[in-house]
Order: sequence, then C-alpha cells, then structure tokens
Amino acid sequence: MLELIIQNVINALQWGSFYALIALGYTLVYGVLTLINFAHGDVFMVGAYIAFFVATFFLVSLGIPGWLVLALCVPLTMILTSMVGVTLERIAYRPLRKKGAHRLYVVITALMCGLILQHANLAIFGASRKAFPPLIQEHVYNVGGVSFTNLKIAVIVTAILVFLILHWIVTRTRVGMAMRAISYDKFAVPLMGIPLDQIIVITFVLGSGFAGLAGLLFAMSYPVLEPYMGALIGWKAFIAAVVGGIGDIRGAFLGGFLLGGIEILVVAFFPSTLRDLIAFTVLLVILTFKPTGFFGVAKTTKI
Amino acid sequence: MLKRYSVHLILTLLGGLIVYLAYFEYLGLYFLSVLMFMGVNIILSSSLNLVNGYMGEFSCGHAGFMCVGAYVASVLGVWLFARDRVFGAPLLDPDYALYAFPVIILAGGVAAALAGLLVAFPSYKTRGDYLAIITIAANYIIISAIENMSSIGGSRGLMGMKGVINAMEDTLYLPWMPIWVFLFTIFCVWVIRRYVSSTFGKGVNAISQDEVAAEIMSVNTNKIKTITFMLSSGLAGIGGGLFAYILGYVNPGSFNILKSTEIMVMVYLGGMGSLSGSILAAIFFTILLELLRPLQIIKWIVIPLVLIILMQFRPEGIMGNRELGQIFPRLKKFYRFK
Repeated sequence: MLELIIQNVINALQWGSFYALIALGYTLVYGVLTLINFAHGDVFMVGAYIAFFVATFFLVSLGIPGWLVLALCVPLTMILTSMVGVTLERIAYRPLRKKGAHRLYVVITALMCGLILQHANLAIFGASRKAFPPLIQEHVYNVGGVSFTNLKIAVIVTAILVFLILHWIVTRTRVGMAMRAISYDKFAVPLMGIPLDQIIVITFVLGSGFAGLAGLLFAMSYPVLEPYMGALIGWKAFIAAVVGGIGDIRGAFLGGFLLGGIEILVVAFFPSTLRDLIAFTVLLVILTFKPTGFFGVAKTTKI
Repeated sequence: MLKRYSVHLILTLLGGLIVYLAYFEYLGLYFLSVLMFMGVNIILSSSLNLVNGYMGEFSCGHAGFMCVGAYVASVLGVWLFARDRVFGAPLLDPDYALYAFPVIILAGGVAAALAGLLVAFPSYKTRGDYLAIITIAANYIIISAIENMSSIGGSRGLMGMKGVINAMEDTLYLPWMPIWVFLFTIFCVWVIRRYVSSTFGKGVNAISQDEVAAEIMSVNTNKIKTITFMLSSGLAGIGGGLFAYILGYVNPGSFNILKSTEIMVMVYLGGMGSLSGSILAAIFFTILLELLRPLQIIKWIVIPLVLIILMQFRPEGIMGNRELGQIFPRLKKFYRFK
C-alpha cells in the first residue's frame, strides 16, 4: 500500500513538473503584462520540435555520443525557443501595445498566433508523428517495490531548479525588481528610467526558454511528437497557473503539481478517459469559490 | 406602408426563392448545404455576439453549448422517429416527425441553455480573463462528458439523423431542411434583436460599460448575466441541432476549441455589439471558408492571419458597434426591423 502511494506521488510529481514548467511561462508574462499569452502552449510544442531537429541533426549527421548531444540540446533548444517567443512579441503583441489597444484584442491575437504555429507546423512537416531519438540510456531503479527511472528524477529536479532560479530572479535581482514594478504600475515605470520594452523581452525570453526546456524533457519522456500536443497541455498548464493564482510564481509551481496530482489520482481510481473531465471540473469549482486562485490577490475596481 | 413591411416582404421572397430553387433542384446539393451552413453560422455568431459583444465578456467556449444542442436534438429525433441500430424501432409514428421537428430542435436549445448555467453561475464573482478560462473549461467538460457516454456513441459519434429527415419528406415532399434552417435563423435573429432593444438589453449594455456602476444604478447584474448566458447558449444549441441534422452525423470532436474560434472570428470580423455586422460576417466568412477549402490546412493559417491583421488595423471589425441603419442612414427610410 505504501509503495503504491509513493509510486503515485513520484508519477504525479513528474507529470506535474511539465505543467509547472509551462505554467511558469504563463504566469511570468501575465504578471508583467497582464496578458494571457495563449500561444504559450504552442511555443512549448515548437520547443519540442526544435529539440527533435537539433537532436537528430547532431546524432545522425555528426554522430556525436548521446550525452554530449543532450548537453548541446538544452542550451540550443532554450535559445531557439526563446527566439520564437520574442518574435511573437515583436511582431504581434508590441504593435498593439504601442497603440494602446484594448486587452481583449491582444488576447485574440495571442490565440490566433497559437493557431498559426500549430497549423504552420502541420503544413510544413505533415501530420505524421515524429519519434524522438533516445539520447541517454534509461535506467530503471527499484527501491522497495517503488520503481522510477533516472529520467523521471531528472524531470522533477529540473522543475524544482527552474522554480528556484526564477524565484531568485524575480525577488532578488534588478531585472526582477523591474518586472514587479511594471506589473505594479506600467505608466510610472518608464519615468523611473526603466526600459519597458527590454524588460518585457527578457520576460518573454525567460518564459519561452523554459517552455522549450519543458518541450525537450517532454519529448525525452514521451518520445512521440505531433503538432497538436501543445494545445491541450498548454490549456491545462494555464489552468494550473490560474488555480495557483496567476501572476505569482509560487502559485504556478504549486498549481502545476496540484493538477498533476489530480490527474494521476483520477487515472489511478477511474477509467483514464475521465481524466480531462475531472481536471476541468475541479478547475471550475475552484474558480467559482475562489476566483483569484490560491496566491492571487483580488483587485478592487473603482468607478 | 412599404417601410413597415419591407423586411417581411424581402424575407418571404428570399425564403420562397430558396425553397423553389431547392424543390426543383436548380441548386446543387453542395450550394444548398453552403447556404444552410450560412444560416447556422448566422445563428452562432449573432448569439455569441450577445455575450462577447453586447455584454463585453470574453466567452471562447461557444461550441460546447452547440454540442449539447446538437446531441440532445439528434438523440431525441433518432430515438423518437427513426429506425436505428442503437435505439431500435421508432417510438412514435414517423408521420409526426414533421410536426415534432421544431419541438426537438427547441428542446436541444433548452438543454443548451441549461448547460449555459455552467458558465452563468461562476460569472457572478468572476470576470474577464478568469471567466474566459471558465468558458474554455466548460467547452472541454461538455466534450469530455459526451465522449464518455458510450450509449450515444462516445467519441465515435452518432448517426441516423437522415432517417428523421426522410420521415419528414415521406409525409410531405418539400426540401424541409432549408426551410427549417431559414425559419430558425430568422427566429433567432429576431429574438436577439428583441432582447437587445428591451429593458434587459439596456442592462446588458450597462454591464458591458461598467459593472459596478450598473449595479449601483439598480441593474440586477446577476439576473441579467444568467439570462444572457442562458439565451446565448440556448440559441447556440438551436444552431447546433440544425448543424447536426444538416450533416446527418455528429461527433464530439467537431465541437472543439477550433469551432469556438471559428465562431469568435465571425463575431470580431463583424464588429462587437453589431447584429447586422455579425450576420454580414457570418455570410462573408462562410463563403471565404468555402473558397479556401482547396487550400486544406493552409486555410487555418490564412484565417488567423486575417484576424491578426484585423486586430492590428481595424480592431472594431467591419461594422464597429453600429448597425446597418446607422452607417447608411438613408436605408432607414425603407425598412424597419424590430
């Protein structure tokens, strides 16, 4: 019985790590710009594809050993994916922001950018699924009836590390201070000599970079890639961010693991087709009774 | 005199023309089905406009309610009037199908309106982005629930609606589907027009401008939100029912977030808070979709691109929040539509 519980906790932690990593990107952008970057789930998908191409390029055409490929893959995927995120910001979001457009129009633009990413991928690479090449030897450890792989542990450790790094950046560095200042008052911040656009670009770099990392890890854990993989995971990660209280890094992290836990629990006790149904119902109930999530602060509206 | 009845006259002539052309088969089956989808799209876009445009909320799960309407109407129709593998022999005499069809479609609408409560209750406390998430969640919940009901086909889908249409045509041979789509489209637009220009409609508008101020001005915001969400999703259910009967086949996958996005594109193309804009955009968009059909998957790059460009350069849509009569004031002399 105890082994079963520990086994499920490890599974939940690994599954929740993906949600947490993507939710961090949502929450960073929302915290700074109060913009729901609906394209973020698809940036994750693009990240997985970039990882796939980088890995196969090094592995097949150059014949480099797997562990070296992985060491090259991590920074390259993060850099390339963050470039995708920054491009989106430059082309689609910044002109609207400069015009002072209503937030709704930016949200719709984000939604449409996501659709374009998905279908451009489908049009260019076709509907066939891509199989991600194995980069490192997967070891299965068995401790007292609980089995886990080195990959699972790596995913969990990465998620926790990313959270610590981001938390450090936001609370301890000057860039993080500027981010918090922008989310507090967007109009006063440029007057204090803080370069608004640069900080926003940094935010997108961080968010998309970690989405790329999540894409790489996801592709290594579940080595089948398809263009629509980002949509559902993206929505669910967003739900995780909202449940935790969007705009708060601790909230995104907690929400991700919570959602992962709920889904693993559902699969453990019910037929697995009910997973989405129960996950979304839990979200609906939480938002009905606590509309701002766990860590969110209610804003007062003035007339 | 002319001013008073011109809209009735035009609509009667248009309806008569469509029925005439369909009856003598001057119109191909393809062209007829495009016309019918146009009607369904008009219903969907104008009903979503009620929430997204007039009330100023951001609902992006409209296809979920459409799904409820489609399934309830199809299951009722097939169960009552058609011989089917799943439901067995028809429960009632197929001769009654003709009279019961509008009731079946309306029942789908009522069921969808009840599903709209799923969004209406959280909307009391939740606004803006959070409410948008709730509508998406509602869409996923509805689709996922239907996928898990294996007795009505689950994710494989449901067939047999053609049997009901055949039963109608056996009773009296007329192109029944175009007729019903035409009548229901007019009914839905008329209902929305009446609702928006009523006292409730003023309340809806007040909520869109400032909810707190509206509440102080003694607008019962919760009541109006409930009614508007129910009406909007109910009409979407009617649209979904018609959609199911036109296609003759439904599966939950066709009511996913892509379908919701399609409806949203129509609303923002036409302009928020403009009924005539929604209608024009639905007609225009249906034609555009058919023209782009040869492009296959590229279609789904072109459509979002159109919307992105629209958001950059004319975010208020084709009509803004004005009606046809406000853009061309001279037209007002010739028609009155209430």
